[in-house]
Amino acid sequence: MKNTKTDVLVVGGGAGGMAAAVSAAKEGAHVILLEREDAVGGVLNQCIHNGFGLQFYQQELTGPEFSHKLEYELRERDVHVVCGSYVRHIDFSSNSAYVISPSGGEKITAGAIVIATGARERPFGALLIPGDRPAGIFPAGLAQRYVNLENHLPGNRALILGSGDIGLIMARRLTLEGMEVVAVVERMPYPGGLTRNVVQCLEDFGIPLLLSNTVTSVRGNGRLKSVEVSEVDEQFNPISGKARSFEVDTLVLSAGLIPQVEDYVRDLDTDPVNKGLSVSNTCETSARGIFAAGNNVAVFDLVDYVAAEGWIAGRHAAFHALGNAGQSQRIPVVRKGMVGVLVPNMVDPNEHLRIYLRLKAPMDKGKVIVRELEIEKDFVYGVPSEMLQLVVNKDKLDKIRDLERLTVEVLS
Amino acid sequence: MQIVVIGGGICGSLILRKLSTLRNVSAVLVEAKCDLGQGVTKANSAIVHGGYDDPHGTVRAPLCVKGNALFTDLCEELNVPFKRTGSLVVARDNPDEIKQLQELLENGEKNGARGLRIIDKDELRKIEPNLSKDYEHALHCSSAGITEPWMIAIAAANIARMNGARVITGDPVTGCNISDGCVEDIILESGTRIPADCVINATGVHYNEVASIFGVVTPTVKLRKGQYILLDKLAGGMIRSIIFPTPSEEGKGKLVLPTVDRGVLLGPTSEKLDSYTPDDVATSDKGLRDVMNAADSLVPGISRNNWIIKSFAGLRPDTDERDFFIKADDRVKNFITVGAIRSPGLTAAPAIAELVVDEMIPQILEFSAEPKDRIVTRLPKTEKINELPFKEIARMIDDDPLHGKIVCQCNEVSEREIINAIREGARTIDGVKFRTRAGFGRCQGSFCGWRIAQILSRELGTELSEVKLNEKNTWILNGKVRP
Repeated sequence: MKNTKTDVLVVGGGAGGMAAAVSAAKEGAHVILLEREDAVGGVLNQCIHNGFGLQFYQQELTGPEFSHKLEYELRERDVHVVCGSYVRHIDFSSNSAYVISPSGGEKITAGAIVIATGARERPFGALLIPGDRPAGIFPAGLAQRYVNLENHLPGNRALILGSGDIGLIMARRLTLEGMEVVAVVERMPYPGGLTRNVVQCLEDFGIPLLLSNTVTSVRGNGRLKSVEVSEVDEQFNPISGKARSFEVDTLVLSAGLIPQVEDYVRDLDTDPVNKGLSVSNTCETSARGIFAAGNNVAVFDLVDYVAAEGWIAGRHAAFHALGNAGQSQRIPVVRKGMVGVLVPNMVDPNEHLRIYLRLKAPMDKGKVIVRELEIEKDFVYGVPSEMLQLVVNKDKLDKIRDLERLTVEVLS
Repeated sequence: MQIVVIGGGICGSLILRKLSTLRNVSAVLVEAKCDLGQGVTKANSAIVHGGYDDPHGTVRAPLCVKGNALFTDLCEELNVPFKRTGSLVVARDNPDEIKQLQELLENGEKNGARGLRIIDKDELRKIEPNLSKDYEHALHCSSAGITEPWMIAIAAANIARMNGARVITGDPVTGCNISDGCVEDIILESGTRIPADCVINATGVHYNEVASIFGVVTPTVKLRKGQYILLDKLAGGMIRSIIFPTPSEEGKGKLVLPTVDRGVLLGPTSEKLDSYTPDDVATSDKGLRDVMNAADSLVPGISRNNWIIKSFAGLRPDTDERDFFIKADDRVKNFITVGAIRSPGLTAAPAIAELVVDEMIPQILEFSAEPKDRIVTRLPKTEKINELPFKEIARMIDDDPLHGKIVCQCNEVSEREIINAIREGARTIDGVKFRTRAGFGRCQGSFCGWRIAQILSRELGTELSEVKLNEKNTWILNGKVRP
């Protein structure tokens, strides 16, 4: 068993983790990055469509291109990358990670740790959809992996449950690759993904989007034969007489992403709405020296946000590890009104503040208010699928230094 | 002489294992499905029962008590997990329910069940602090436990193979030749003929169908469906024991119990099916809701949404007599049916195997069994990364890097374990899953499914699109996107 020491250890080599590793290294830290797959990049590797990077790189990139840019920077900055690795356990009292990889068992002790473990897809089993248990049911990301990286089609005729972005992207992908996509079914009365994806992936291809509908049973002994889809009421209960059957051999699920925090919930605070790790605007979790960024904090819309957060996390992790972290303070951030997902959960007034929030429901118009900072920002046509963003310069945070909380509110 | 066991569930496999130790017997097992233990054996509560609730005087009562006693050694020999967690039948503070506990205790004592006693509120709280405050009394049974039933079938067949038995899967019995009131051979779907001096029908819910191929009449099977919900390991800390409500006409009730890999299982429902539909393992909205409600009334808050990782249903073969039917036929003299193996079939299975091999077969065939000189009694221990200390894993990786390649991150399963499972007979995604627990965790294979498919295709030398989920018609991929 090897014993290794490093300044910053980054767990997870997706966009958030790579950005964190690069920025920590840029601050002069020695960085080890752990990635479980054989290559870094995470889900970017299979997102071969474009639309990435408009904010982080100011240019439109595909997923692999975005990933390659960060990978290049990892090499330039001499980040030590360990692929095919698995973190068995982190001892937060000593900041030691017990890591398994084909090259051996290694205990890595770090000055600071960045957790960037991303999110996973909500699997079929968790949805409690009644019926048989046939083959042919795929989480959208797994279907995407098969088509884009493993060069295999999941079936002939598909229905997609859930209109999250990956579901919409897969509707287009499967259609382009020769499968028939009969419908995308969404139980909410509005789509779950970005408007641009609804237009470019469904409308442009004539794929129907059935809102306020859900899959009420799956049938098939062996391979999937049919799914029953029913209209639902406001409580998502099927309305009787509003069911119809679709003959499909493939069901693709885009039923939400779950931040992967289960291994850390005993040691670190989580936010009950975001369902991810609670963090401050320096991306520090409830434990000093432990940082988190990306979809394990909250599920973000864009990889650009994830990379930007990762960048901040890495920077502050380096400061912490190298003993350059200043006095830090934490003021809790609370939600009010229509605010759902909200990042960060704590504010250090010594640093810039970026607020990401998601509405609980669509709103024609409204405003985001941060009373303590005298901020009011109007918006029109706000939808839960598109995060609202606010940036506050740290100069303006001086006045909240003595406050007990910061309130982020959305009113119509 | 050649003895053919039809059915590779827990009963058939354990019978085969015993037969394989005999010198004058050539043993063959024929399973219709593509893998072992995938019928009734797979989808039940996985409980080794204490034997207190089977009415005294039934066939199943003594077999349950005897089977329970055999389980520790059995699981050690087969290298299958088994934990005597203890069970609790919990009662509210009312005379009817308290009386039921007393009756169970008395019945259990008559059956010879071990480790029974009635405990009070304080002890109950100490054992299960998260149990609903509505329950104030309990019958505790320290000999009850949990296991992985399908692994017993798989491991028993493996050990039988090592001792020379033949195992045929994916080939159902379709016919036979009988002369002078004795089976001469059986015919499989593939056309294979297997000569048989004796046939054991251990086919779970199918025992009527299979018996009728041989012209044998057996008590009509009445199917009962049980729906279950499986919870994440995060729920594992909520309970320690198998928790039953007081029993009803329907059966033992809907339980909350731990699984051997630290998860929690809720259920089952107990629904009588009107017709004989042996492939109907569909869940229903009502069934799953019932399971959650019942679980929450025993352990409030346990059926939490983000802990649910899977739901499934299984069938149990019952009869009007509500008892096992284990009998050599009067007319077809060398045909034994091990039928209606309802609850507590899993517990009783090792005792059933002894009954069939040690008593029934020698009697009808008039032969005395002689043990082989050399037999394998224990399966070699296969290392599960998940159960080992870190230093030990590090040492193993130095010898073989594939121990360090973790494929299933949720359940910490290495590529070496998956390859070993394939070498030991796994041919499908489910075959790997049931042997290694890869894909059984909270992501349900979202991350590792493709990799397991790849390893299967590599190890078996087939195309990726040939990989199946479980049975023949369960294809996963439909050829290549581009040549």
